[in-house]
Amino acid sequence: MSDNTAQSAEVDYARFPDVRGHFGRYGGQFVPELLMAPLRELADAYAELKDDPGFQAELDRDLRHYVGRPSPLYWAERWSRRLGGAQVYLKREDLNHTGAHKINNTMGQALLARHMGKTRVVAETGAGQHGVASATVAARLGLKCTVYMGSEDVRRQSVNVYRMRLLGAEVVPVDSGSKTLKDALNEAFRDWAANVDDTFYIIGTVAGPHPYPRLVRDFQSVIGREAREQILEQTGRLPDALVACVGGGSNAIGLFHPFLTDTGVAMYGVEAGGEGIESGRHAAPLTAGRPGVLHGNRTYLMESDSGQIIGTHSVSAGLDYPGVGPEHAWLKDIDRVHYTSVTDDEALAAFHELTRCEGIMPALETAHAVAYTARLAPRMPADQSIIINLSGRGDKDINTVAALEGIEV
Amino acid sequence: MNRIDQRFRARRESGRKLLIPYIVAGDPSPGETVALMHELAAAGADVIELGVPFSDPMADGPVIQQACERALVHDVTLRDVFGMVAEFRKGDDETPVVLMGYLNPIEILGYETAAELAAEAGVDGLLTVDLPPEEGELLVPELEKRGLDAIWLIAPTTRAERIRQICDLAHGFVYYVSLKGVTGASTLDVDDVAAHVEAIRAATELPVGVGFGISDGESAARVSEVADAVVVGSAIVRRIGENAGDAAAMRQAVTELLRSMRRAIDAAAPATA
Repeated sequence: MSDNTAQSAEVDYARFPDVRGHFGRYGGQFVPELLMAPLRELADAYAELKDDPGFQAELDRDLRHYVGRPSPLYWAERWSRRLGGAQVYLKREDLNHTGAHKINNTMGQALLARHMGKTRVVAETGAGQHGVASATVAARLGLKCTVYMGSEDVRRQSVNVYRMRLLGAEVVPVDSGSKTLKDALNEAFRDWAANVDDTFYIIGTVAGPHPYPRLVRDFQSVIGREAREQILEQTGRLPDALVACVGGGSNAIGLFHPFLTDTGVAMYGVEAGGEGIESGRHAAPLTAGRPGVLHGNRTYLMESDSGQIIGTHSVSAGLDYPGVGPEHAWLKDIDRVHYTSVTDDEALAAFHELTRCEGIMPALETAHAVAYTARLAPRMPADQSIIINLSGRGDKDINTVAALEGIEV
Repeated sequence: MNRIDQRFRARRESGRKLLIPYIVAGDPSPGETVALMHELAAAGADVIELGVPFSDPMADGPVIQQACERALVHDVTLRDVFGMVAEFRKGDDETPVVLMGYLNPIEILGYETAAELAAEAGVDGLLTVDLPPEEGELLVPELEKRGLDAIWLIAPTTRAERIRQICDLAHGFVYYVSLKGVTGASTLDVDDVAAHVEAIRAATELPVGVGFGISDGESAARVSEVADAVVVGSAIVRRIGENAGDAAAMRQAVTELLRSMRRAIDAAAPATA
């Protein structure tokens, strides 16, 4: 791995994406002409506001007093001892308002929407975390909010559906295609196309057409910036490894990005291996997919030989997506980040392990990162450290876990 | 001069406005597509837009989404669609065929291969919905090498400067998307369409086709008063879906609609020759 990181040390990460949103061959703007003007309007507004001290101060204030940042970096001492290797630190994004990292991004995009004079936001959601985070900031800013959610996910995540409705959002079940996250994205794009004048589309991950991968990365990078300061303060040195789960990849980019130039920091992105890569029932495009174009960007996809997007499977609705952010596709190709996968069963075991050992119940998405860390840490010496992005809390998943174990709650 | 240019020139000389129906290849089943294309041509289609089914048609409303799903039950691939066009060409070497679809099936086949197979099959142009000119550098040169037209969309949100840029790249015709939304919506504002078509005409000599939201003879006739060509998609595809179990009834429903549109358009702008 030292060879890979030495090679990528020469990359000037700040130069990516380029002005048209490309990370190497990935990214870009593959959308119907109707959306080119609103994307331009968004890119222009963001370029102006991102360096505007007033906007940044407003965002910082909300992140601090509304979201609850900075989130703690917690040394999981008991679990580290049990694993018998590297010291594991948890970046506690689960402690944010609404229980996941998603609100870092929705807060930023909603403020952007208000500055652009938009009165309505739309969002897609898989597990419901991004939908809840969007509905929350919409309530906070007095914006109308419509959330598209695959009907399969509506069933799996009924608690979050009710939360969104309590927050005043309209939740629209999507019955087309595979009835999951990818179809919710299609429907959100269609809504945006029909309502571009007053509507802002809050994409929940580092995918979609430029400038979304860039701006979502920027809003989520607060995770890595804080973690870097916190680990230096607590241990006096940089971590040896970072681990995060990857669906679209926003929590992973958020943690990784501020460390990319630190060549000694290894990075692991953990995809949803579902029932195992060899079973074909998974959601791991970086591990087992190939490049293609979907939802506005070129990236790794789960697709058939004729270019149709194929169904994915994961126990966690938030990772059940056939694509991945284009920056991850690029970081894979240049070997800066190592992408791997764990199965549903490994994630479930890790869910229980962390809950019982540390009293911290991770989201099933996050449990994939926990599971990989359980493999990684024992192979590293005790004086090294790993940071996991504990991207969300598991309360939303207790019905799923109970059902899998035949328990009625 | 390719078939698209020939057809537009001939129609312009005779003062006849073009009618361009859209169907999804393989909907409701692959065996019916070629026969349906011949029926369309006989019922007054000047150009045929043949949709390439895609699993995630983000610019399409429910009617065309369902047509894609019906076709994909039969695993219709881009190669299969080329085969259908080649078969159609055995009986019709004049009616231009434009493939309309999304980029990914082209990307996975390979740009050079896709353009080569399209040309061999007798395709005349490609309209790739999620490919703006900015991203066209891989596909467009391959099309141009083989005399195939890249057909570009212009939308209600496209500003004047960008209209000029798109028109400078365009061949065949430019396609104006007549409303903000997806295919099959029904809120067409003809005055608004007229204003936009005028802005496009200021930027190009190329013919202007208008589509999205045209559902019957009346709306077709009104759009034909300002446009060179009227594109009709969801209204036709809906009739295919409604009659999916009965091939004869399906062809009758589709051709009746097309003939009624043809009559309405010709009545609004009678042919001069």
